[in-house]
Amino acid sequence: METTNVSMTVNGKQFSANVENRTLLVQYLRESLGLTGTHVGCDTSQCGACTVHIDGLPIKSCTILARQVEGKDVTTIEGLADGDTLHPMQEAFRENHALQCGFCTPGMVMSAIGIVDRNRDELDEKTVRHELEGNFCRCTGYHNIVKAILAAHKDMTT
Amino acid sequence: MYDFNYKRASSVDEASSSVSNADEGKFVAGGMTLLPTLKQRLAMPSDLVDLADIGELVGITVDSGSVTIGAMTPHALVHASDDVKNAIPALSKLAGLIGDPMVRNRGTIGGSISNNDPAADYPSAVVGLGATVHTNKREIAGDDFFTGMFETALEEDELVTKVIFPTPEKAAYMKFPNPASRYAVVGTFVSQGPQGTRVAVTGAGPYVFRQSDMEAALEANFAPESVESIKQDDADLNSDIHASAEYRAHLVTIMAKRAVAEANG
Ligand SMILES: Cc1cc2nc3c(=O)[nH]c(=O)nc-3n(C[C@H](O)[C@H](O)[C@H](O)COP(=O)(O)OP(=O)(O)OC[C@H]3O[C@@H](n4cnc5c(N)ncnc54)[C@H](O)[C@@H]3O)c2cc1C
Ligand code: FES
Ligand code: FES
Repeated sequence: METTNVSMTVNGKQFSANVENRTLLVQYLRESLGLTGTHVGCDTSQCGACTVHIDGLPIKSCTILARQVEGKDVTTIEGLADGDTLHPMQEAFRENHALQCGFCTPGMVMSAIGIVDRNRDELDEKTVRHELEGNFCRCTGYHNIVKAILAAHKDMTT
Repeated sequence: MYDFNYKRASSVDEASSSVSNADEGKFVAGGMTLLPTLKQRLAMPSDLVDLADIGELVGITVDSGSVTIGAMTPHALVHASDDVKNAIPALSKLAGLIGDPMVRNRGTIGGSISNNDPAADYPSAVVGLGATVHTNKREIAGDDFFTGMFETALEEDELVTKVIFPTPEKAAYMKFPNPASRYAVVGTFVSQGPQGTRVAVTGAGPYVFRQSDMEAALEANFAPESVESIKQDDADLNSDIHASAEYRAHLVTIMAKRAVAEANG
């Protein structure tokens, strides 16, 4: 099978590896780089468990080819904490008990940071719920996730 | 996914010739429709030609009479643009109702209209505002662009470069979304302006169509009451696990009525 070298920055470090053209970004992250924090929950681009940031914008890493990310800057869940200090969004999820099994959590957190980024001036519950439409959670009923995002918004903007 | 050749085109001409030289070439824009299709092995293109590096295809320009959106402009940019919000608020709203934020960060207007999913949102704005679709070969009137379910007037190696929307006097989009996918079960785009009085319906039929009875009634009196008793014939409408044809027909009237009320502000 023909492979091509792709390089990109992931969590601040430069990586390159050979991939097939059909390799998805999520496969590249999990299988080539061993970054298994990014999850795959569906095969239909709907659940959001695979959400990462590309050049600061949340996207579904199961629906983009590794080759489409050549030269770009990727942030995954592993890139958020600063040593032992959690990112404010991770901390808010912990404080507010916003996870149960944790499968959706990496995608939720990456998507949630996008929600705060897009709504820095003002964020209400309705907006959070609308903008969480691309992330499924089968455990929590979303309530504490919404609470955590609103709490983190306060933390991240003051 | 079956394997394929992958190439990034650096110009519109290169993209078009790469597709025509391939056995079975396909453009890839945001990939939000194409990649799920490939993952399910529902298509087997020999070559993907990525439009992402063609800078001239991205952007929004607004002048006194129109809003121009480049084919590769993602839904999120259209939704967030203050210029679009001021000129055609209904278009900004529509873009913000597509899928979810991650889909909106990748999916493009060019990809959406070229794909012509029966439940896609943008086709209703193209027809509902009487927009013009520009390609690397010609200009196509919005009314002639969509030709069937997943079918358009585009040729194999023809790509959409931009869409020009004339600014209406008033317009609104009302959508009844599928609760899981967010695609339109029925979406109705109404407008009044330089392109006349228009009611474009998506989601209900095989592809977007104009509801001419409602257009005539609104032409006489642009008010919600004008459409509330007009029934959509359900004979050619879609019936699936999400909604029966009869229910979709019912929603066409409801969505039209609400859209007219919103357009009147
Ligand atoms: C979870 C999910 C939810 C969604 N919900 C909605 C929704 O609510 N409403 C809605 O309208 N859509 C929805 N979509 C679809 C989304 O809007 C896509 O962005 C859109 O259908 C395709 O755009 P794209 O840029 O991703 O195109 P691609 O997937 O890259 O391409 C789609 C097709 O168009 C062709 N193409 C792309 N660009 C051009 C061009 N410039 N010229 C000619 N041909 C071109 C490609 O060859 C391909 O055949 C959803 C998608 C997902 C994954
Ligand atoms: S794994 Fe990507 S959306 Fe579900
Ligand atoms: S915590 Fe289990 S799926 Fe969300």
